[in-house]
Amino acid sequence: MTDQAQLLPGTLDLLILRAVSLGPLHGYGVLLRIGQISGNALLIEQGALYPGLFRLVRQGLLKASWGTSENNRRAKFYELTAAGRKRLREETANWNRLATAIGAALAAQAEEV
Amino acid sequence: MKLLDSLRFRIATLFQRSQMNAEMEEELRSHIQHRADDLERSGLPRAQAERRARIEFGGHVRYKEECREAAGGTLLESFVQDVRFALRMLRKSPGFTTVAVVTLAMAIGANAVVFRVLNALILHPLHVPDAETLYGIQHGNEASSYQSYPDYLDLRDRNHSFDGLAAFSGAQAGLDTGENSSRVWIYEVSGNYFDVLRIYPYLGRVFHASDEHGANSAPYIVLSYAYWHTRFQDDPGVVGRTVQLNKHPFTIVGVAPPEFHGTLVFFNPDFFVPIVNQEQVEGENLLNTRGKRWVFMTMGHLKTGVSPAQAVADLNSIGTYLEKTYPKDDDQRSFTLARPSLYGDYLGKPVRAFMTGLMLLAGLILLAACANLGSLFAARAADRSREVALRLALGASRTRILRQLFTEAVLLSLVGGAVGVLGSVVLLRSMSVWQPFSRFPINLPVEPDANVYAVALLLALASGFLFGAVPVRQVLRTDPYEIVKSGSLGTVGRRITVRDLLLGVQIAICAVLVTSSMVAVRGLMRSLHSNFGFEPRNVMLVDTDLHMAGYSGDKVTEMQRRMIDAMETIPGVTSVGFINTAPLVSGGYNGSLIFTDETADLRSSKAAADSFMFSISPEYFHAAGTVLQSGRTITWHDHKDAPRVAVINQEFARKVFGSVTNAMGRYFKRRDGTRIQVVGLVEDGKYNNLTEDQQPAMFLPILQSPSSQTYLAVRSDRDPGQLVAAIRSTVRDVDAGLPLYIEPWNKELDNVLFPSRVAAMALGVLGIMGAMLSITGIFGMAAYSVSKRLKELGIRMALGAQRKEVLQAALGRAFKLLAFGSAAGLLLGILASRVLAFVVYQATPRDPLVLAAVVLAMSSLGLVATWIPAQRALSIDPMILLRQE
Repeated sequence: MTDQAQLLPGTLDLLILRAVSLGPLHGYGVLLRIGQISGNALLIEQGALYPGLFRLVRQGLLKASWGTSENNRRAKFYELTAAGRKRLREETANWNRLATAIGAALAAQAEEV
Repeated sequence: MKLLDSLRFRIATLFQRSQMNAEMEEELRSHIQHRADDLERSGLPRAQAERRARIEFGGHVRYKEECREAAGGTLLESFVQDVRFALRMLRKSPGFTTVAVVTLAMAIGANAVVFRVLNALILHPLHVPDAETLYGIQHGNEASSYQSYPDYLDLRDRNHSFDGLAAFSGAQAGLDTGENSSRVWIYEVSGNYFDVLRIYPYLGRVFHASDEHGANSAPYIVLSYAYWHTRFQDDPGVVGRTVQLNKHPFTIVGVAPPEFHGTLVFFNPDFFVPIVNQEQVEGENLLNTRGKRWVFMTMGHLKTGVSPAQAVADLNSIGTYLEKTYPKDDDQRSFTLARPSLYGDYLGKPVRAFMTGLMLLAGLILLAACANLGSLFAARAADRSREVALRLALGASRTRILRQLFTEAVLLSLVGGAVGVLGSVVLLRSMSVWQPFSRFPINLPVEPDANVYAVALLLALASGFLFGAVPVRQVLRTDPYEIVKSGSLGTVGRRITVRDLLLGVQIAICAVLVTSSMVAVRGLMRSLHSNFGFEPRNVMLVDTDLHMAGYSGDKVTEMQRRMIDAMETIPGVTSVGFINTAPLVSGGYNGSLIFTDETADLRSSKAAADSFMFSISPEYFHAAGTVLQSGRTITWHDHKDAPRVAVINQEFARKVFGSVTNAMGRYFKRRDGTRIQVVGLVEDGKYNNLTEDQQPAMFLPILQSPSSQTYLAVRSDRDPGQLVAAIRSTVRDVDAGLPLYIEPWNKELDNVLFPSRVAAMALGVLGIMGAMLSITGIFGMAAYSVSKRLKELGIRMALGAQRKEVLQAALGRAFKLLAFGSAAGLLLGILASRVLAFVVYQATPRDPLVLAAVVLAMSSLGLVATWIPAQRALSIDPMILLRQE
């Protein structure tokens, strides 16, 4: 547990969008999917997911509908809207730029400066 | 329909909200179930799995809250929560809630009422189109607007600044509709009056300039809506009817619109007649007399693009022309502009000053209420510091807690405002139907309107935020750990806090109000018993106008003599005197310019005095109780053909002859050159109002200066009711068709005392409010200080402190504040009384009784306010207390 990384603020939304982009999911499913695609390396409190989901629905990036889960339970499923897909593309590009820049900065050696 | 729609929408959103909550709940539960399923699959028993799933999920309630926030619309929802919580808190402390609501209701209600009156008198006094460009023409050197009719015509025709210039004058007349005859109040108006004011008839037509063709050429009547309603029961058939006005036939041509009450805010005429018919209305024709200024006011709309200053310059150039052309009648003709609604600056200035003062005071009351409630609120916030600390520790944000406090404050202020508005509506309704002077058509329509509600709402919100803001700093500084650990610490600051200052200011304000209301009341009492130059007690005034009954010429005095003779025979009547206008009773005073006998140049600038002029019968001084100091009174031998004589007052003697002693037997001149000999000297008196400076007055023989306007002063020791009946039947025997008005002279004085009475009443009300505010303020502070220091006081008592010492420890601060505040307020109040002296006769703060009363009032106020906290402090049982905490 201790080697799990704390989420940077703002990155949860990106992770949710990415998780849902792979196929419609219910809330618990989103959580499992994030764990799966991140190699369980991120620490997310379970309840913290939901304010993010509601926020994204309100922004029109996700849409939700009730359905039945693989456990045969009623659950709310989320999927990306067109706007959500577009946002995911932009945010991914942004993140990559940021990550590259920060990575480069941290990797810089004294003689390169 | 609209209401129904909005109701449906509201219910729908409510329903949606609860549905959303249910869905949210279900979704979170579903998550936990799925997690539990997984955990169960890994080998945990179901119950344990569910428990574990719930723990892993984290703060269920918190996340739900955050979800709601994220889903939007939560501001409203958390607001509803806040309101519910606030309601619960307020219900829990009914004492606090009642005090706050009552305080706010009084303060906001007072502001609403004062604002409405201010609006009616000053901000939007006249219901005419484009009122902001409507100006009345006033004399340049005094606050008067009277013009002669020829001067009015010159002003009207020669100016380049006004879109038409209208004129009007108030008058009284007798109206006979065929069924009965009664006295009516009318405006004599220029033909263009309605057109200049842009007023269109409600019914029929109004008259126009084109209807005027010289004296008595336009016998038309335009009824006011109110008079049409009360006298003619809204009968539209009245248009075209012919009625008798002072026994002359007039045709009713139309009805004015309901909102138009004439062009004086306080004087609502029954109807309007053309001014060219003056002779039929007033009995004399002054249309061609330039020397007599009787037209009450001239006014008009400034042309677009003409500034008031330009208009004044324009008028003054006409003035110069008038001075040059008519040097005998017109000199010193300069003009200023003023709002017509309150008789220019004559009433406008004092009324504006008074209303501004009143509004200011009402505002101060509200501020005091806010200060007061602010400190009560802060005290409560401190009492709730444990709760606040707990909520902070549990993760509530400070903004959320502040929002909660503000919700509580605003809720309180809204409830207070609503109660206040209810009160003010009742008050305003009764003020609107109130006719302070039975004899005059004076009434101030101040029906509550949308403005009042808007002002009340605004004030309520503003004051809610104002006093809600007081505890903000306190909450922001709260350290949850300290408070939860050690309990509320009774830190007793020795320094002066903002709260102390607020309370001190408030006590000072209260003392100002108490002082000035006492000064006003004392002034009023004194003016009731001061020397008016006559003795109104036991005198009945019989008022009639013989002109209205068709008398003219010599018949008038003949009739007056017959009336006097008839009344003298009534048993119990000691004397009966005639005067044309009774002092301190009604307007319409005649003044006359007086010149010394040596003056040859009879222009107004050379006059020695401007004197009140009365016509009296021989017995008048006796009946009125005016003391004749030397010489003789008027007799019936001072008739038309006898030498002109007059009785003068001391001020007249001083002004015209330089001293009282050498006036007797000397001559003075009037404008028309008549020489009059002084035959008697009477004491000074008050003639027009009580606050006037001592004015010169002369009394002329009724036979030498006849008047159809008739006041008979009947002195008697009989019961007033019986006397009135006896007078009526006596007069009926003389002439049954005389419209009579009978009232005790004392009662008539109400009119002149009206301003002082209003001032005293308003200040009294404000003073009572101020006192109640101070009581709640001091009470709040004392109660707070006692409850905060219970522990300390308990220890002191356990260590053997005496009652006096305990009280001093608990309430010393409150008493100190009370003393300082009262002293400061008393000083300020004494200063403020100088202003009051303009309104109330003989208002002076240099009055030991006033000072004593203020001190007494303030200290009993302190006693009342600290009684309960003092009892609580004294009843502390140290043993119980120390065990409890």
